[in-house]
Amino acid sequence: MSVDQVPQEGANPFGSPAPPPYQGAPVQELDPWTELAPEVAQPAAADPLDVARNAEVHSSVPEQPRALSKFSASDTAELAGSMLAAVSLTWLIFFRLTPLFGASGFVVVSLVTFLAIYWTVVRQNHGRLAAGERLAGVVMAIAALAAVLPLGLIIFKVVAEGLPNLRLNFFTETQQDTGPLDPATAGGAAHAIVGTLQQVGLAMIISVPLAVLTAVFMNEIGGKFARTVRFVVDTMSGTPSIVAGLFIYSVLILQFGAGFSGFAGALALMILMLPTVTRTTEEMLRLVSSGLREAALALGAPEWRVTLQVVLPTARTGIATAVILGVARAIGETAPVLLTTFGASVMNWNPFSGPQSSLPLFVYTGIRSSADTAVQRAWTGAFVLMAIVLLLFVLARIVGGRDHLKR
Amino acid sequence: MTLIDDDELGLASTEDEPRELDTTPIPADRRYRRIARSGGVVVFILLGLIGAFLLTSSWPALREAGLGFFTATAWGPDGDPPEFGIVALLYGTVMVAIIALVIAVPLSIGTAIYINEYAPRALRRPLTSVIDLLAAVPSLIFGIWGREYLNDAMFGFANFLTTHLSFIPFFKTEGSTLGNSIFIAGMVVSLMVLPIVTAVVREVFAQAPAGEKEAALALGGTRWGMIRTVVIPFGRGGIVGGSMLGLGRALGETIAVALILSPSFEVVIRILEPGGNTVAATIANEFAEAKPFGIQALLAAGLALFLLTLVVNMFAAAVVSRSRSGQGVEL
Repeated sequence: MSVDQVPQEGANPFGSPAPPPYQGAPVQELDPWTELAPEVAQPAAADPLDVARNAEVHSSVPEQPRALSKFSASDTAELAGSMLAAVSLTWLIFFRLTPLFGASGFVVVSLVTFLAIYWTVVRQNHGRLAAGERLAGVVMAIAALAAVLPLGLIIFKVVAEGLPNLRLNFFTETQQDTGPLDPATAGGAAHAIVGTLQQVGLAMIISVPLAVLTAVFMNEIGGKFARTVRFVVDTMSGTPSIVAGLFIYSVLILQFGAGFSGFAGALALMILMLPTVTRTTEEMLRLVSSGLREAALALGAPEWRVTLQVVLPTARTGIATAVILGVARAIGETAPVLLTTFGASVMNWNPFSGPQSSLPLFVYTGIRSSADTAVQRAWTGAFVLMAIVLLLFVLARIVGGRDHLKR
Repeated sequence: MTLIDDDELGLASTEDEPRELDTTPIPADRRYRRIARSGGVVVFILLGLIGAFLLTSSWPALREAGLGFFTATAWGPDGDPPEFGIVALLYGTVMVAIIALVIAVPLSIGTAIYINEYAPRALRRPLTSVIDLLAAVPSLIFGIWGREYLNDAMFGFANFLTTHLSFIPFFKTEGSTLGNSIFIAGMVVSLMVLPIVTAVVREVFAQAPAGEKEAALALGGTRWGMIRTVVIPFGRGGIVGGSMLGLGRALGETIAVALILSPSFEVVIRILEPGGNTVAATIANEFAEAKPFGIQALLAAGLALFLLTLVVNMFAAAVVSRSRSGQGVEL
């Protein structure tokens, strides 16, 4: 419409282009279901009839409130039916239509198919809002499952590979007399176990007092510098383990000329344990009720006695948890000991001189070996390592789970 | 409000005067404070020492390489002439970390939301424990699992990607083999990143104000609508901070990557094929055979990695501590 047309009734007096005459509401129907129908068609593109049916059904469903939290039998049927349909469809795709293969691909494709089918089904029966809601719930559950599943797979694999070759001599013998032709059950990892115990023990002896001291400083004394230290500890907890190993290597072995030793490994592990133990201990100290502190102070106790005789004893199970968590972290670390203890296949009782093995190192060198028996022994070592870590984890839960604020 | 008037007690006339307080600690307490402070000082110095010693030990190699350290892609410090640079290694490191995050962050957010909002009450604690346990599994175990199991198990999936999505340059393959690749390494590292990100995200999501959540539900929102409009926007800082923490961990991951990758010192675009390397894995792999100069070069690489993770972790610590008022991460 141009300006030089005859001005109509209600024309704009300001000289701007006149609006078109009112001709009633736009003819186009804005039905959300028909609007969105092509989306629905996407997953089920094989059947164009679906699209039409969707549009038809939904435009006739009257609005009504529905209980979102209820999960009735028909809901279960929808879920199960979608799963079945998805798996069957994927089977068809994989084994009849396309030359795809591999279990991982099958899982991924059937997951995508399942989500698409489920969304379509729920949408058809309950509407778009409910479909989004259900789909979100299912996606979250799948995410949680996907996060948990690998742990199960790992534990299964470690047990399946490691347990069959585990004999008592694994804990009593070393690899000194084991030849390449010996079976996987021959020899043991006593040297590695001794090394691990000594290194982690030494690391614990050094790091725990320092960590508790630092935690006491951060929580009981506080101040500006304490916040800086907390920041440093946070930063340190993210330091790559290999950097800790490099640091000890460059200090002890390059600068001071000391050789590889278990002690060097212990120092590297100490750097890794320190932030874990410090942060957990601090958290535990924070749980000690301030009433206890104030009561002691009101009775005239000096601060050091409050810390030593009230706060620390109250938090002692918490501190034990912190130590266990720190040990669990240090015991499986390979990279730092790789650079500092060098590893050995014979027993070395002295952690202060000479290369020493450790359980992670034993596994690491074994799994890279070309000999099948060495690989199998590495799995056995991994099984033992995993068992120790699991045990420590459960122990930490038991100790930490007790109500450590009473008494 | 007191029941007895001040007048009755004759207190109204006397002006309240604060008693003089002596807040200086007794000598024993001063000693105690100094000792506790020394613990903090030692930790503080330790971090500085790590950087300082790595720098001084690697200085000769850094001076020798000059700017080439940041441009060369080869790694032959013990060759003649020595030629080594960190570009390919940094690329590999970042690539593995990105793949790990791309997989882990959405999964973590989903897991966190499921545990916080959807899971039946009886399932919450066990699920949290399992995720924590995943964090306790040594990276060595992840590494051997990836090397001996996942590598083969993912062959079909990798094949699927390269067959149908090869228009994306990353998924193109030219060789005939798949596996021992940056892709597999990234997948395994994602498992190690997952518990860290989940822990942070879950904690931040749990702090979403209950009033606003209930308001969203009361307005007729679905549960997903409530999560989308209240929980996730509220926890955005936690998602960023948690991802950064995960990034720091992923960048420094050593043993698992060293066990999975078949190393090559070049910028590998086709991530499904064997090859590529990371800084940390290079240090672990080359250390045993390196000559003194080679070790200095490795120390230089370690320094670069240390600084990179330091920056990432500092940023993460700042973001996380801001998004949850001064509480730190325990991991």
